[in-house]
Amino acid sequence: MAGPKRILVACGTAIATSTVVAKGIEEAMAERGIKVITRQCKAAEVKGLAKDADLIVTTTPVPKDLGVPVIQTLAFLTGLGKEEVLDEIEAALKE
Amino acid sequence: MKNKIIELLEPSAVKLGIEVKDSNEVVTILGDLLYKKGYVENTFVEAALSRERELPTGLPLGGEYNAAIPHTDIEHVIKPGLAMATMTRPVTFQNMVAPEEAVPVNLVILMALEKAKTQVEMLQEIAGVLQDVNVINRLIEAKTFDDVQAALSVT
Repeated sequence: MAGPKRILVACGTAIATSTVVAKGIEEAMAERGIKVITRQCKAAEVKGLAKDADLIVTTTPVPKDLGVPVIQTLAFLTGLGKEEVLDEIEAALKE
Repeated sequence: MKNKIIELLEPSAVKLGIEVKDSNEVVTILGDLLYKKGYVENTFVEAALSRERELPTGLPLGGEYNAAIPHTDIEHVIKPGLAMATMTRPVTFQNMVAPEEAVPVNLVILMALEKAKTQVEMLQEIAGVLQDVNVINRLIEAKTFDDVQAALSVT
């Protein structure tokens, strides 16, 4: 049995935006029956924390080639394209 | 109901229909008002401006109006509070997810935030506002603080 998937949620300050995103992912993935653990961080910390994550979801640009899939989105804040992003997250976690 | 927003919104830091020359000016006006009321340290405005340059907070909302949610690190904050401005002429913020992209913004919510966990509800309410075009339109049209409260009271 695989354990819960680890999602690193990044934004500028690790206080505001990533809080909304992390909560949004947790709720939506729970509805889809997928266990996830989220961890919030600042964009500047992503590089150091990427190796402990299965997926990175970020609202600000982060470095490329982290060795982990990265999804950049504002959907959890603005609602635009949210379903598509949730599908994308689900697909990335199943890989 | 956006109860947490209403609770944290400082009435004297709500500026409606103002004219400003750029994003720095509106962040400075709102930050100074929060400072006067004891919400933030005197380092807050500079920290918010500098954060905005590095990690902008403009949010395209897909409709007629866009918003920005400037904020900065918790060490510049004394107690949580919100300030709000609407502008008759939009000013340019850069897009949070794509900083090279300019976003014309008519609604600014400046956030003085402490620890994340205590403000989850308020942050979710803000996301709820951003996702509701009717609330956004009512905020842009608001003339008084009562109008703002009424806009935020829509369920």
